[in-house]
Amino acid sequence: MSEAVQSATATPLLLVEDLSVSFRTDRGTVRAVDSVNLHVDAGETLAIVGESGSGKSVTAMSLMRLVGDNGTVDSKRVLFDGIDLGALSEAQMRKVRGNRIAMIFQEPMSSLNPVLTIGKQVAEPMVLHQGLSWREARRRAVTLLQRVSIPDPEDRLDSYPHHFSGGMRQRVMIAMALACDPKLIIADEPTTALDVTVQAQILALLKDLTRETGAAQILITHDLGVVARYADRVAVMYGGRVVETAPAHELYANPQHPYTQGLMASVPSLDGDPGKRLQTIPGQPPDLANLPPGCAFAPRCPYARDECRQAPPPLEPIAPQHLRACYGYE
Amino acid sequence: MQAFIIRRVLALIPTLIFASLIVFVSMRLIPGDVIDQMMAQNDVATSADRARVEASLGLDQPMYIQYFRWVGGILRGDLGNSLWQNTPVTRQLAETLPITFELGLLALIVALTVAIPIGIYSAMRQDTAGDYIARSFSLLMLAIPSFWLGTLVMVFPSVWWRWSPPLEYTPFFENPIANLSHMIVPAILLGLALSAVTMRMTRTMMLEVLRQDYIRTARAKGLAENLVIARHALRNGLIPVVTLIGLQAPLLIGGAVILEQIFVVPGMGLLLLEAVFARDYPVISGIFLVTGVAILLINLLVDLTYGFLDPKVRY
Ligand SMILES: Nc1ncnc2c1ncn2[C@@H]1O[C@H](COP(=O)(O)OP(=O)(O)OP(=O)(O)O)[C@@H](O)[C@H]1O
Ligand SMILES: [Mg+2]
Repeated sequence: MSEAVQSATATPLLLVEDLSVSFRTDRGTVRAVDSVNLHVDAGETLAIVGESGSGKSVTAMSLMRLVGDNGTVDSKRVLFDGIDLGALSEAQMRKVRGNRIAMIFQEPMSSLNPVLTIGKQVAEPMVLHQGLSWREARRRAVTLLQRVSIPDPEDRLDSYPHHFSGGMRQRVMIAMALACDPKLIIADEPTTALDVTVQAQILALLKDLTRETGAAQILITHDLGVVARYADRVAVMYGGRVVETAPAHELYANPQHPYTQGLMASVPSLDGDPGKRLQTIPGQPPDLANLPPGCAFAPRCPYARDECRQAPPPLEPIAPQHLRACYGYE
Repeated sequence: MQAFIIRRVLALIPTLIFASLIVFVSMRLIPGDVIDQMMAQNDVATSADRARVEASLGLDQPMYIQYFRWVGGILRGDLGNSLWQNTPVTRQLAETLPITFELGLLALIVALTVAIPIGIYSAMRQDTAGDYIARSFSLLMLAIPSFWLGTLVMVFPSVWWRWSPPLEYTPFFENPIANLSHMIVPAILLGLALSAVTMRMTRTMMLEVLRQDYIRTARAKGLAENLVIARHALRNGLIPVVTLIGLQAPLLIGGAVILEQIFVVPGMGLLLLEAVFARDYPVISGIFLVTGVAILLINLLVDLTYGFLDPKVRY
């Protein structure tokens, strides 16, 4: 992590340094996340954007140390609220999950257990982490469901997930995430599976609730429109690396990495001009089992030079709070 | 729920009629008949004698009359008399059915206590040595016929250690310990045969369930793995296993016939075997009928269990 960013905020809530994740697969070792540096300040929303397969979900899961048996997580440190998560035992880590850091997933249809009641699932983290009785936890679950605007929460406690629509289920997921008053909520594409109107409601709800509780948020998305509206800062990922990070407005006004520029060109712009044709970035996302030695984006980059193909460029500040991993193309 | 049960029971009626027809017809297709055997034993062989015996047993009537008489009897709770012992079939069934039921229940308990924990273990430790051992064991159980295993258990301990499983039947309510020490060996053998498929199914289903998103959610809540399994995975994984157990009911009953023979358990299986050798039609038909009803009831029970496990199933 560079001086520029650290000096901007004294102690971030989450500070990730040199986080790498690799998976053993049939095709060899897949390096899904490669030396990622991130930080999230208390109360802020950091968006992580990138194409499918760029390592967003794996980054999130590795913060929770839930990457599965075939994955290996490496980091210099992952400081969360003063503790190095990388150094915690599995039992200590369990006390962080669902308690200090909570997660919301993409698929509200399948992320809730079909055979357990909503009440039980929302109450569960409170029983687990706060030592409440099931009864007391259920009582609080009512309040939580109310906060995520589920009508008649008391009557819905004994309903099962299949009684709810996708949007309602995602509200339940949010209620569950809020149960223990986490300091950080990681929402992994929380609205991708929902229709557009519901998407906006859910994101607005998340924004309101995090503002209310002071929780910070990592919002994973590949929708730059969402980023503009709901994020304070953005980290752009490509091929398992962070290639650019900046405050949201700065990134929009002044994207500095060729990949970010390509992404920008491929979304409808917010300030009108609906007739403008969308561009897509030519070429294929990189094969993580077989990354090129240099910049992962070089094969698709219009500005790529010899230098770019030799070693990956480091993430360096180019303006206050604005970092990019590129050798430059001027 | 009540309406569901009533509907299901009514739906059983056509099935039962069909089953009774099959039982009745197949019975008459067994080569050789009871009269021949009776004649041979009593050394009387004139055709007049034969006709008299036939008439006394009602076997001189056309088949359909015999069928309707039989069905009429069933409706009055009368399954006829044994052709040999002249005792009512219902009484014989009342004596033997509980014994076979006990054997089946014990076998089921053995099967589940073996299959489910090992199946879960196997899934949690997929592709480790433990998993391979468990899977090989289940393949072995699947491949070995229980009559062979039963014979081994009878023969080898007695050759090696001069010990053989007790073969004297004592009613459970007279002396539970003596009863169980007799029943436990056949129950284990039968249970192991049943556990093979159940274990594989449990493993497959648990692997499937452990890949689901809601398991990831459970882990992200901070639950320890044993709670993830017990609270979030098991019930989902067991739903199909319950069906499988229902489907295996006929296997259980078939196995009981063989093991009762080997271990001299005076249950319905042993009765059936004797009846078949003697071509004792009413007894055979009665047993088949009871078995058919039992299988249908087991399936009803499975459906009810389903509704209990899976909230999406509502009656
Ligand atoms: N358990 C695993 N075993 C092997 N490879 C994995 C595993 N989990 C993820 N990967 C690989 O890591 C890479 C990054 O995946 P990840 O899910 O983080 O992408 P993503 O950025 O979240 O994409 P999406 O937008 O589709 O969710 C992918 O190429 C994926 O195939
Ligand atoms: Mg993802």
